[in-house]
Amino acid sequence: MPETTFIIKRYNPEKGVFYTSEYKVPYESDTTILSGLIYIKDYLDRTLSFRYSCRMASCGSCGMVVNKKPTLVCRTLIESVKKPIYIEPLYNFPIIKDLVVDIDIFLDKLKFVKSYIIREKEEDLDKEYIVKPEQLDLIKHSSSCINCMLCYAACPVFGSDEEFIGPAALAILYRYLHDPRDQAKSERIKIASLKNSAYMCSMVGQCTVVCPKGVDPSFHIQRLKVISTLNNLFS
Amino acid sequence: MDKYSHDVIVIGGGAAGLRAAIEAASKSPKLSVAIVSKVYPMRSHTVSAEGGAAAAIKPDDNFDLHAYDTIKGSDFLADQDAVELFVRLAPREIIRLEHWGCPWNRDQEGKIDVRWFGGMSVKRTIHAADKTGFYLLHTLFQTSLKYDNIVRYDEYFVTSIIVENNRFCGITALSLRDGAFHFLKGKAAIIATGGAGQIYKFTTNGAINTGDGMALAYRIGVPLKDMEFVQFHPTCLPGSGILISEAARGEGGYLLNNKYERFLKNYVPTKMELGPRDIISRAIVNEIRLGNGFKGKHGDYVALDLRHLGEEKIEEKLPQIRELAKTFVGIDPVNELIPVRPGQHYFMGGVHVDLNTSTPVAGLFAAGEASCVSINGANRLGSNSLPECLVFGAISGEHAAKFAIEHDYCNVAYENIQIEEKRIFDQLLKKESGIAPAEIKYKLKETMEEKVGILRNEKELLEACREVEKLKEMFKNVSAGDKTMIFNTDIVEILELDFMLDVAEAVAYSALYRKESRGAHYRTDYPERNDKEYLAHTLVYKTREKPQIDYLPVKITKWQPAERKY
Repeated sequence: MPETTFIIKRYNPEKGVFYTSEYKVPYESDTTILSGLIYIKDYLDRTLSFRYSCRMASCGSCGMVVNKKPTLVCRTLIESVKKPIYIEPLYNFPIIKDLVVDIDIFLDKLKFVKSYIIREKEEDLDKEYIVKPEQLDLIKHSSSCINCMLCYAACPVFGSDEEFIGPAALAILYRYLHDPRDQAKSERIKIASLKNSAYMCSMVGQCTVVCPKGVDPSFHIQRLKVISTLNNLFS
Repeated sequence: MDKYSHDVIVIGGGAAGLRAAIEAASKSPKLSVAIVSKVYPMRSHTVSAEGGAAAAIKPDDNFDLHAYDTIKGSDFLADQDAVELFVRLAPREIIRLEHWGCPWNRDQEGKIDVRWFGGMSVKRTIHAADKTGFYLLHTLFQTSLKYDNIVRYDEYFVTSIIVENNRFCGITALSLRDGAFHFLKGKAAIIATGGAGQIYKFTTNGAINTGDGMALAYRIGVPLKDMEFVQFHPTCLPGSGILISEAARGEGGYLLNNKYERFLKNYVPTKMELGPRDIISRAIVNEIRLGNGFKGKHGDYVALDLRHLGEEKIEEKLPQIRELAKTFVGIDPVNELIPVRPGQHYFMGGVHVDLNTSTPVAGLFAAGEASCVSINGANRLGSNSLPECLVFGAISGEHAAKFAIEHDYCNVAYENIQIEEKRIFDQLLKKESGIAPAEIKYKLKETMEEKVGILRNEKELLEACREVEKLKEMFKNVSAGDKTMIFNTDIVEILELDFMLDVAEAVAYSALYRKESRGAHYRTDYPERNDKEYLAHTLVYKTREKPQIDYLPVKITKWQPAERKY
């Protein structure tokens, strides 16, 4: 079985020091980087910390930076990347330990964009709302975000100012703004118009490039700019 | 109020837990509801559910039809009063989720669309492409953010439930972020921690599915019910065990053997690919045993053929299946066959609860896969588990809130909490040297896979019980290889393994004592169903010695057990 080297950037929070560890990992044509990390944890070094769960690119736990690129390691084959493999924690977030970062700031942003349907009154439970397939298509991509945080790690604006609401939360804002069941359009446009919201985006577009689920936050954010601008002009 | 006191504590943040928390929180803004989860809620394994959620919402459907399909699917082990309650409440839960924004697929008129699923006699599976669990989980999680009286403890690992005089008092939990040990006081609690697929080697379940809640309940004397009934999903990717949704067959996919025959004609001729999961999984095992499987590097498999569906339908209805097949086995189902084999998927059994989701401990409730009401009996029908999480999650939230309103906190003997703290810090963390959890974990997985799998017999089940006992002995010598406090995932794995061993014990013993074949529990030495002796739920209790087994009669309302033929 071929073998490769994982070079992992580590952080020891109790001593406050960064260091690197190197491990030899055997792999086959279908071995993922995540399987390699689990191999290290099981057999080589039990002190290495990282998050993972579903191993099928749905839960969004295992975002890391692989060879400088924000990556979901469960869906990335060892064979497909340059070796030795250099793994770092996600950029732009505080590091808790090794490859584990603190993403609480995103949870706050999610709440801030009001990530839920707002209506004057909820309908009775015997009545479904009519939503045409083409209306559903409008939110197809923006509702596919798994909160893996790769886009935040790739975003230079968020990297320089954490006040920025950021790609995933803005995509989700766009998603609720375009949901035909929602009745809080003006409230949402107000959020989109804030200083730290859509306008702060400098259109680098890396968020869309790194997204593992085909969400296009860059497009959604530019749309939010247009919607906000038109709204401000005509109101 | 003490920062660490809550009226209702929900353990687990998946579909059942979130639905429960929202229900409890909406009963009164004065109620403080905590969600305690070892992961951020949106990482919960509900996220991986694919095919859909069943509910009788269409004019050609009715409650009796859904109920009877479920009961027949369960091989008549489901409690019929529970099933009747479930089918009546499922439609409003589906509509509720639709009101909260869940992007269910629509028909041309804009109404909620339905698809075929195994064992169902009409189209009744509501879906959001083939990522239903993902959409459902995120809808629930994002909706939960609306409630200021829901407090989250993200990445807190629950180590024990504290009970005094058969009354729930609180939980102990380890905060992964800083390694601090906490006692969370509560008036009521809901166990909603999902399944335990990690006790098997080949499973569709995520790494977090280690049966924590089942073991937490088992340890305080609450019985686990019907644990021998373990569902093996027929179609998983060889090697990884990644789930290929039943929706693939619901939308018209075929299962083929190496002669390119739709072999199910020899097993479930009237249902073919839409037969129930237990029968199809055994059919695949049999085809492979007859030499009719394809050869692969991860063992023999059969093929799932979607080619005739065409690219447009696959993209619209099964986009994730295509993505998974491309990413993990390098195959595009538009023009190639997907290799599949059965893998552990779901536990029909779980924490013993009644129709109100109450456990025998006052103030302690359970819902979702971690619990057993039972609506699934010996075999769950695909797409009944998501609505089960919603229906019984909501019921548990309602009843836990009611209990919290009517009761006060109970007084806790702090020695009990200190004992638990010592167990973790002195026995596991500080112990100088010992064996690594991986050594035991992989042996456990092998044992369960080989001896408590799809086909079972007395000899192997006995061996499995002995082996689990031995591994439990070995576990006493485990120590942490990481002695630090902050985000120590080594200690998490050890605590999880400890839970897995308890759950495995419950499964193996329950299987050993049920000397009949019913649903997913197939005994080659007792191949017939035996209603005379076993039309009953197994209850397994933890004791100092071997687990103790008891039985509880099945509740039958209007459908007499009949031969189960498709």
